[in-house]
Amino acid sequence: MIGSKLKETFDGVVSLLIGLKITFKNFLKPNLTVHYPRKTVKPEELTGYRGHIELVPKPENPFVPRCIGCGLCRDICPSGCIEVRSKRIAEEKEIHTPHFGLQDTPLDLTRKVAPPQKTKIEIVSFELNYNYCSLCGLCVQNCPAGSLRFSKDIYLASFSSRDFEFDLLKRLEKQAQARLKEEEEWTK
Amino acid sequence: MIDLSTIPSPLVQIVIGLIGVLAFVGLNGLVCVYLERKVAGHIQRRPGPFEVGPHGILQPLADAVKLVAKQMITPKGADPILYWAAPLISFAPAIACFLPLPFGPKLQNVSINVGLILILAFSSLNVLALCLAGWSSQNKWSLLGAARDIAQSVAYEIPLLLSLLPIILLTGSLNLAEITQTQGPWPWQWLVVKQPLAFIIFFVCVFAETNRAPFDLPEAESELTAGFHTEYSGMGFGLFFLAEYSYMVVGCALASILFLGGYQGPVASGWWWFLLKVYALLLVMMWVRWTYPRVRFDQLLNLAWKWFIPLSLLNILITALVVKL
Repeated sequence: MIGSKLKETFDGVVSLLIGLKITFKNFLKPNLTVHYPRKTVKPEELTGYRGHIELVPKPENPFVPRCIGCGLCRDICPSGCIEVRSKRIAEEKEIHTPHFGLQDTPLDLTRKVAPPQKTKIEIVSFELNYNYCSLCGLCVQNCPAGSLRFSKDIYLASFSSRDFEFDLLKRLEKQAQARLKEEEEWTK
Repeated sequence: MIDLSTIPSPLVQIVIGLIGVLAFVGLNGLVCVYLERKVAGHIQRRPGPFEVGPHGILQPLADAVKLVAKQMITPKGADPILYWAAPLISFAPAIACFLPLPFGPKLQNVSINVGLILILAFSSLNVLALCLAGWSSQNKWSLLGAARDIAQSVAYEIPLLLSLLPIILLTGSLNLAEITQTQGPWPWQWLVVKQPLAFIIFFVCVFAETNRAPFDLPEAESELTAGFHTEYSGMGFGLFFLAEYSYMVVGCALASILFLGGYQGPVASGWWWFLLKVYALLLVMMWVRWTYPRVRFDQLLNLAWKWFIPLSLLNILITALVVKL
């Protein structure tokens, strides 16, 4: 009884010393604070920053988001601040008849086959009400298409709550235009 | 530095000494606030105060000006006399505690035979001040803070005094200058080598007596807003604050006089060695504050009654036997 109590105390004292060692080490390490108006952090260095969410464009077309309109983000959002609307549109594609080798046999038209109609999903609107967002990141984690990410807009501030209601499609368009402009300037 | 013992009239000597002590206490308050915030900042990897003056060195001065300029409000229902007496009762004994401290070989205000007892007696008056502050504030948090402080101070006063008895047994004196002189300039001649347990118990009790973290239950800001000084504004709060830092200095000064050889150092003994030791111990106190979380109240009292009091009694017994044999 006394032995275990003494052991416990000894272990406690050792852990106290370990705590002092940790704080002393941190005391000697350089500061992490950025003295803001004099120094700023570059956007690419903001690796851990969670701004409001934004859409990720398709690699081939920067104007179109990767979003497939499944609505998982809207359903999982605990604050209910995401609104996605999409519509299915039929894709106009030539239906071609397959040929099997040289036999040149006509296709069996008696077999019943559903017409090969392919549909495409178009995102009509993607709205975020950032006023209610708790930045939990569930939408980013759960997006099956990898179409959401945190923005790096650290200077976001306003006096009006209206300014925090974002149309993310428009935002994506603006970003794409800015990127195009930049690329044009590069090529010049 | 002036040699205080050459001043003929004891009254003049005390007055000059008091002015010196007051200046030191005020300056020490500024330095300690700055040090505390810088230490806290750097432990948490941030710069601490930075904007007022180069590296924020004028920040405590700006804070002091703010405190002085603030309105002093007496809360409704508070006892006005006791309420405003409390910060004075807290601060005034702190000044008295500095009088018998030997800062240097000849730098001592009052050389009396019972210097140690004088300091211990005056410093325990602080409990009364905190009790009055909590009681007269007409505020539940203040009252709780005061109640906690009394239980804590009563518990820790005992091991504090008991841990000093072995020193008195070894040196045979209560005069702080004499106790300093019984130790040599080199670290292995200091009493901390003979009495390491007493030093640890004394130092931890100083933490508890000065209400410093991790024993800052009387002013636990996350539970009691600000504890006993919740209602105080302006210099009422400022005096409590100054008193706390002064008691910290007195505690660290006692520790360095009794255990670390006081003003004696390996090269060129003098007041600089004393200040160096005192501020080193103060830095340790700040370091500890920003390392440990606040203890629970039962843990606090268990530590005093179950560990420190028996251990210090054992320490006295062993020391007495060794001295006698």
